[in-house]
Amino acid sequence: MARKFTPSVKLTDNDVTDESVYRQRRQFLKTLGFVGASAALSGPAQAFGLFGSDDKTPVASTQPLVFTKSAKYQTSETQTPYDKVTTYNNFYEFGTDKSDPAENAQGFKTDPWTLTIDGMVENPLTLDHGALTKRFALEERIYRMRCVEAWSMVIPWIGFELGTLIKAAKPLSSAKYVAFTTLYDPAQMPGQKSRFVGGGINYPYVEGLRLDEAMHPLTLLSVGLYGKTLPPQNGAPIRLVVPWKYGFKGIKSIVRVTLTDQQPGSTWNILAPDEYGFYANVNPHVDHPRWSQKTERRITTGGLFSTKVIPTEMFNGYQEVAPLYQGMDLKRFF
Amino acid sequence: MLLKKPLRLSRPWLLVLKTLVHLYLLGYLALTFYQAVTDQLGADPVQGLLNFTGIGTVNLLFATLTISPMARWLPCGDLMRFRRMVGLYAFAYAACHFSTYLVFELQLNFALLSSEIAKRPYILVGFSALMLLLALSITSFMAIRRKMGKRWQQLHNMVYLCLFLALLHYSWSLKTVWGDPLIYWAATLLVLYTRRQKLKNWWLSKRRKPAPVAKRAS
Repeated sequence: MARKFTPSVKLTDNDVTDESVYRQRRQFLKTLGFVGASAALSGPAQAFGLFGSDDKTPVASTQPLVFTKSAKYQTSETQTPYDKVTTYNNFYEFGTDKSDPAENAQGFKTDPWTLTIDGMVENPLTLDHGALTKRFALEERIYRMRCVEAWSMVIPWIGFELGTLIKAAKPLSSAKYVAFTTLYDPAQMPGQKSRFVGGGINYPYVEGLRLDEAMHPLTLLSVGLYGKTLPPQNGAPIRLVVPWKYGFKGIKSIVRVTLTDQQPGSTWNILAPDEYGFYANVNPHVDHPRWSQKTERRITTGGLFSTKVIPTEMFNGYQEVAPLYQGMDLKRFF
Repeated sequence: MLLKKPLRLSRPWLLVLKTLVHLYLLGYLALTFYQAVTDQLGADPVQGLLNFTGIGTVNLLFATLTISPMARWLPCGDLMRFRRMVGLYAFAYAACHFSTYLVFELQLNFALLSSEIAKRPYILVGFSALMLLLALSITSFMAIRRKMGKRWQQLHNMVYLCLFLALLHYSWSLKTVWGDPLIYWAATLLVLYTRRQKLKNWWLSKRRKPAPVAKRAS
């Protein structure tokens, strides 16, 4: 089981300023011209503002979702605020800077959407936009997310188990892996149109899991966070969340799930196999070649002096997945 | 030449301009630290500060290196009086970059610092650039400069190596090579182009040197 974490500050949902109140307040101050000079200059650290704009990030329209709160996957850890979860994203289809996706993805069309489940299945499926949030019962789970860049967040995701979807498609016994593909639409995704914007990745973005990893009850297909549908920068309308693996395994804006008997490609593994493994399990004992993975910077509220660096746990604290890797050398299969 | 006759900056003008440069560079640094402390610098203030001070150092190194071609082209020889100051700010920004890394990312764990420098080439490259900048800053005082004589110029030519190391550190720190550093590498070529005569002379002197030795040997 994940080690219980007791924060020094105990906050409940009641302590959180309601988002609509927060936004109204901000809007009100803005109309009065009161958000001070520093706010006008803010914008995530564009040194000297040479490249890229410092414009305030627009807010995508998100809809409330109907869901239950999972009793099992709650936490007393401080959650990363909504504003930070939605403005600090690696989604190279919309730019390589972490503030780019929130700025460039707002016009992204997620309806209509088609998610296809095919390959080695008896019952190939196609989910349309409505089915993504209605076909399976949704539940909220608060998971830790550990990025390979050594920062981490605590996020209340809403979604359903990937296993439920795979079971509905009836996998053949020959299936061993699950391959995922992100939407390929250069007209909407500037990073797919230009190598410079998209970091030189060969699109579409692909990811993969072993079938037993995909069927694990922790593995989630997420359609929302903080009670509402995903904003485009977080992978709307549907994305993968595998909490014991580094964040880059959580492929965003999925259009295809294919069951196969071959180990599928994984975008970052193809690009730099010495730095990003296929398994990408969170592992404090295997350093990234350029930095240590022993600790992580937890992103919560507060400025520089409240920065918390905490030790990284094996499997990001989700010890229940350890049996999946029994007998494997996780230094080799990192 | 952009101007018909050389532009001279009088003492009061120099004073005003220098004050403005101080205000801008110190103010920007202070404001960014203030934003980091008050959580207005993006989701991860540590990363935000590292980016700001790192890119700031590179920008200031470029500024230092564009002062002498600018002084020639305008022409305005008095601009050279700003070079040392801007160079020292490049060091100040680099020092802030390093301190942010040491204090907020490594939490003052000095054992980890030395092992990271030893183990990670990209950290070593950045650290070398910082050490070079430190050497250039210490020797930037007039008294030391006079004492060093010809050696001073030789040492301060290291600023090119410093820029190269800083850019390598920047490129290496990112996940892909396709990013802003490419613009900076292009700008480096431009800066070197303005010094093509100097480079040519240096190259010729390098090639000429072994010649007399060869003659004596035969």
